Amino acid sequence: MTGNKHTLVALVEDRPGVLNRMASLCRRRGFNIESIAVGHTETPRLSRMTIVVDGTNAMIEQLRKQLDKLVVTMKVSDITSDDMIARELALIKVKANSTTRSEIIQIVDIFRADIVDVAADSVTVEVTGDEEKVESLLSLLHGFGIKEMSRTGRIAMTRGSSSLLGGEKATPARRGLK
Amino acid sequence: MKMTGAQMMLDGLVKEGVEVTFGIQGGKVIPLFDTMPQYPQIHHVLTRHEQGAAHAAEGYARATGKVGVCIATSGPGATNLVTGIADAFLDSVPMVAITGQVNRPDIGKDAFQEVDITGITLPITKHNYLVLETASLPRIVREAFYLARTGRPGPVLIDVPGDVFMEQVEYHYPKEFDLPSYKPTLKGHPAQIKRAAKLINEAKEPVILAGRGIIVSGAYAELKELAEKAQIPIITTLLGISAIPESHILNYDMLGMHGMAYANLATDAADTIIAIGMRFDDRATAKISAFNPHARVVHIDIDPAEIGKNVKVDVPIVGDVKNVLTQLNKVVESNQHVDWIARLDDWRREHPGLDIRDSESVLPQYVVKLIYEVTKGKATIVTGVGQHQMWAAQHYHYDHPNSFITSGGLGTMGYGLPASIGAQMGRPKATVWCLDGDGSFQMTIQELATIQQERLPIKIAIFNNGFLGMVRQWQEMFFGKRYVATPLSGPDFVKVAEAYGIPGAMAKRKEDVVPAIEQAMKEPGPFLIDFRIEPEENVYPMVKLGGSLIELLEGEEIEKGVATP
Ligand SMILES: Cc1ncc(C[n+]2csc(CCOP(=O)(O)OP(=O)(O)O)c2C)c(N)n1
Repeated sequence: MTGNKHTLVALVEDRPGVLNRMASLCRRRGFNIESIAVGHTETPRLSRMTIVVDGTNAMIEQLRKQLDKLVVTMKVSDITSDDMIARELALIKVKANSTTRSEIIQIVDIFRADIVDVAADSVTVEVTGDEEKVESLLSLLHGFGIKEMSRTGRIAMTRGSSSLLGGEKATPARRGLK
Repeated sequence: MKMTGAQMMLDGLVKEGVEVTFGIQGGKVIPLFDTMPQYPQIHHVLTRHEQGAAHAAEGYARATGKVGVCIATSGPGATNLVTGIADAFLDSVPMVAITGQVNRPDIGKDAFQEVDITGITLPITKHNYLVLETASLPRIVREAFYLARTGRPGPVLIDVPGDVFMEQVEYHYPKEFDLPSYKPTLKGHPAQIKRAAKLINEAKEPVILAGRGIIVSGAYAELKELAEKAQIPIITTLLGISAIPESHILNYDMLGMHGMAYANLATDAADTIIAIGMRFDDRATAKISAFNPHARVVHIDIDPAEIGKNVKVDVPIVGDVKNVLTQLNKVVESNQHVDWIARLDDWRREHPGLDIRDSESVLPQYVVKLIYEVTKGKATIVTGVGQHQMWAAQHYHYDHPNSFITSGGLGTMGYGLPASIGAQMGRPKATVWCLDGDGSFQMTIQELATIQQERLPIKIAIFNNGFLGMVRQWQEMFFGKRYVATPLSGPDFVKVAEAYGIPGAMAKRKEDVVPAIEQAMKEPGPFLIDFRIEPEENVYPMVKLGGSLIELLEGEEIEKGVATP
């Protein structure tokens, strides 16, 4: 049962308990969520979730359908093989002293990341990008000592003018807002 | 007009056409029950356990096609419903469960009899609601009934805090409601219909696998038309029994774990499988990796998530099966499969499966057969879970639509008696027989009091083998005949019935069987028969442990010592 990482995006009703329903379903059907990110969308009543989960194509298609079946979900799409923009944000608190600080700043500059806080013995770096970028920055910062880190998990969107609810990929039977 | 939450709830039930509810009250739902006399259109049946209420609601729903309603108080009342809700979820039974909850200010404080029932039932309901705003109650009631009965039916739970039942707010019955993200697909996609028709027209050795979806959507005529037009044998799942009259020439009975050998052989050999309103449950498919790998599969179901879940499908069609079959019947060509059907008939001759051996003792198969004969096949049969359930499925001939009510997906012992209460409430004129095991019966035996109080003329047949029989059969076949914790000493069931005011009889010898059944049929009210059946009788055929559909033990071979399990 070797699979790979899939990115599912879901539009869900913005109501209490919805995240619980989605996460609980993933657990019940035996899926391990790598990351899940939730936030508001362009439509007031809807939230958008990006779920990263491991599995074969067939397994993920089954999960997608099960999630789509929940009464609170408008649409769930597996955009893994689409041309997509995927980003995450990380805050990384790195050990720093007067000798290492400038070296850290150089690295941060190369990655077009930002120093968002400086203390006597640490700097906090904010980086946005795809996971690869975050990972490579992390590996370079590792040598200085990482005190604390927080990552948002992936959020994603397909490129081009199509959108999850109204794009060219839409099929006629697709669910729509009334 | 101002109304209390309780009034709005009951008004909603009346508007949804509810005539009967099942349940038990307690602290948080007393206001609801206190309001019931204002709504005499609704008859409340007081069960003796909330599990019984949930199963009764299921039995009612399955007998009528309407939404079954059960009511329980917060905490233990709500948790007692859980088994029945799970059962309804797995068998796609339309149900609305109403539970009381602690008052809104107390939620989350571990108040007396507080339990997070929406959390608990999250994975076993189609949807659930915790009502936090009294004004939203009417909309929630409408949505709940709509969700429960449309699409793939299922249970919906509404959890109502006690203070919501008591609060008065302005009442507006919602004419419209908005479930923007719930739009079941009802019509089959025309392109898929065409592809399916092509596949069916090309088929040389096709079978139809018919499930409960036929019964839910009432597609009896459409199923028959498809089978007759294209001359395709019909095989049913356990829950598909009575989707087609069993006397129909194209009916080849049930497949699966205890299916008929010819049904299993045909399913295994078919070049085309047309699966309709069934979900390839492992009890139907046996070892899934060995399930007919060469057949082309058309799968029709209203639930897109069922398609491709267990079996690879060549042509999926999502839609209500009645609509889809109507569309399909227009494009499927008349056909003959004479050789193929002759092969099925040969298999049936070689593996009869339903023959009953001669015996002086009371054989369970014989009891079922005689209940069939005495009731002329017109009864609604409700069962518990175990060997007797399988004998009931095999040996009664279901010629009437939707005449077999059993717990399939969850396999819930204790289902029979309360479900037969619901079935009889839903079909007051029908003859309802509850075929139960002595183990299953004792799980919900207290509902005898409900039967007595409601004066329901249910006929109860206990297949008393003094064992948890199905488990004993497994122990015999696969666990070296070590009968650990399966011998079961029951009470004298006839005396128990008598204590509840229900007459009964015991049938110990073969010649007692017919008179007892006839006596039950003559009795205008309920009647119980304690059939002392052959204690170590086994259910055959049976798929070998972990085996494929055609790795079957057919009884005789074992007795003759030809095969070892
Ligand atoms: C609630 C519940 N508990 C346990 C089981 C496991 N189980 C399946 S069949 C069976 C034995 C049933 O015995 P009985 O009702 O006497 O029927 P019989 O098999 O003897 O006909 C058991 C224990 C179950 N299906 N449901």
